[in-house]
Amino acid sequence: MGDFKMPSLGADMDAGVLVRWLRHPGDKVQKGDSIAVVETDKSTIEVEVFEAGVVEALLVPEGERVPVGTVLATIRPAGVAGAAGAAAAAAAAGVAAVAGVAVAAEHREPEQPPIEVHGVPAISPLISPLVRHHAAQHEVDLDTIQGSGRGGTVTRADVEQAAGRAASRAASRAAGAPRASPLARRLARENGIELATLRGTGPGGAIVEGDVRRAAAGVEAAGAGAKSAGTGEPSEPAVRVGAPPPAAAGPPRAGEDRQQAMRRAIGALMARSKREIPHYYLSTTIDMSRAMAWLEQANRDRPVASRLVTAALFVKATGLAVAKVPEVNGHLVDGRFQVSPAVHVGVAVSLRQGGVIAPAIHDVGVLAMDELMAKLRDLVGRTRTGVLRSSEMSDPTITVTNLGELGVDSLFGVIYPPQVAIVGFGRVADRPWAEGGMLGIRPCVTATLSADHRVSDGHRGALFLSAIDRLLQRPETL
Amino acid sequence: MTREQSLELMRSVLGEIAPEVSLDDVGPGERLQEALDLDSIDFLNFVVGLHERAGIEIPETDYPQLSTVDGCISYLAKRDG
Repeated sequence: MGDFKMPSLGADMDAGVLVRWLRHPGDKVQKGDSIAVVETDKSTIEVEVFEAGVVEALLVPEGERVPVGTVLATIRPAGVAGAAGAAAAAAAAGVAAVAGVAVAAEHREPEQPPIEVHGVPAISPLISPLVRHHAAQHEVDLDTIQGSGRGGTVTRADVEQAAGRAASRAASRAAGAPRASPLARRLARENGIELATLRGTGPGGAIVEGDVRRAAAGVEAAGAGAKSAGTGEPSEPAVRVGAPPPAAAGPPRAGEDRQQAMRRAIGALMARSKREIPHYYLSTTIDMSRAMAWLEQANRDRPVASRLVTAALFVKATGLAVAKVPEVNGHLVDGRFQVSPAVHVGVAVSLRQGGVIAPAIHDVGVLAMDELMAKLRDLVGRTRTGVLRSSEMSDPTITVTNLGELGVDSLFGVIYPPQVAIVGFGRVADRPWAEGGMLGIRPCVTATLSADHRVSDGHRGALFLSAIDRLLQRPETL
Repeated sequence: MTREQSLELMRSVLGEIAPEVSLDDVGPGERLQEALDLDSIDFLNFVVGLHERAGIEIPETDYPQLSTVDGCISYLAKRDG
């Protein structure tokens, strides 16, 4: 009603960090406006509000990790009178509203004082995973950087400037610890390799992943056993800039700790899926000759930046096929299946350093192919290097997973609860094809369905896959 | 475009797509997509990056020429002069 709670941004999420508030008390918000940035184990998400209103009180300070369901803020719904709204919302939260909003006289003592947001320093400003990566590469402490981006965001340029400043600092710093990226350090540790024996080829002579991998493979590292200065190679002074000492406790930083947290989160979700959902599996091989010919023609007429990929065809076909078999599209919650009137297709995107996230493209059925393609590119880009929106995390009604480029013939996905189905596509490859008594070669793809047997069974699943097949035979209608 | 210029261009485009791997780790004849773990969207972004920064047209039929580092360098030299 007036409470804005930490949302569950995925079935596996039990807590999140309130990184940054995007609105202040008194701000008017519309449905869909972003109100805060939340960091989960897997990604950074902009959380949107569900209804229009006016922000009353922000109850959780930036940087705090809270369980899903915690009241983060109170919002006075549009049209509700100030005092009554504040009293009702504050009563529900058990905390007095921020000064400036009328408080009813009969208020009880607040459990904790309301947080004055403007005075709280941003503990963890909005930093995209890509910028974190650059910071890790250059061993720059993000907490020491003043962000020059919009709203104080730390940008890549900020990181590079800080790295530059650090490199030109006095060389009187102890040259003991070699500079290395966090990934390189971990690999070195895992393979029992001494960083000091390696010559770094990364920025400023830092040791990067490739250097460690080569050493691990037994390739002799140039200048092994000697500091690079001794071999006459040009080198930066080995300066550690603000990187925390390895033994320091503290919140997980970018790099491997986040990786481990993500791996745990994904593992928990997949384990739950397999434990709770009785999966059944179907597969079918689809003739892609018409689709590939259509794609080639379509791309010939398109500028580079608007070209279509086969994944877009798969997503669209899946989104449309749902009309034939609605029981693969929806959510099973507390034993009840709720078919979804809308079709928001989750797209499984693999993260470069491990992990998978499957955010949604909304209303796939009504999107033109070009729109869908643009959204797909944008979504994949933001999943890997930027910020996703809460609606993209919470709204998928069915998911598509596609590992074609890796040469996998078929892929049986694991359903993301509370969804009830996931469609998998392998690579498009030439295969022998028999038709009309003749044998030929056609590009084909193996499409699979993993579905929840509590909601549908093989017969219906088969109808769904054959609907996808028929749609891919008429790509011009997609 | 010289070899060095081509490599610089590629590094800069790939830096946004696959920041944690270095082009220097890829052998001249190695398949770029496999070595750098690029999916179809990544590869499209790579092509778009080359197209925008070098100002050259890259028809889809030319993609196979961009499959190795050396292939890219030859292609860029040819198209850009």
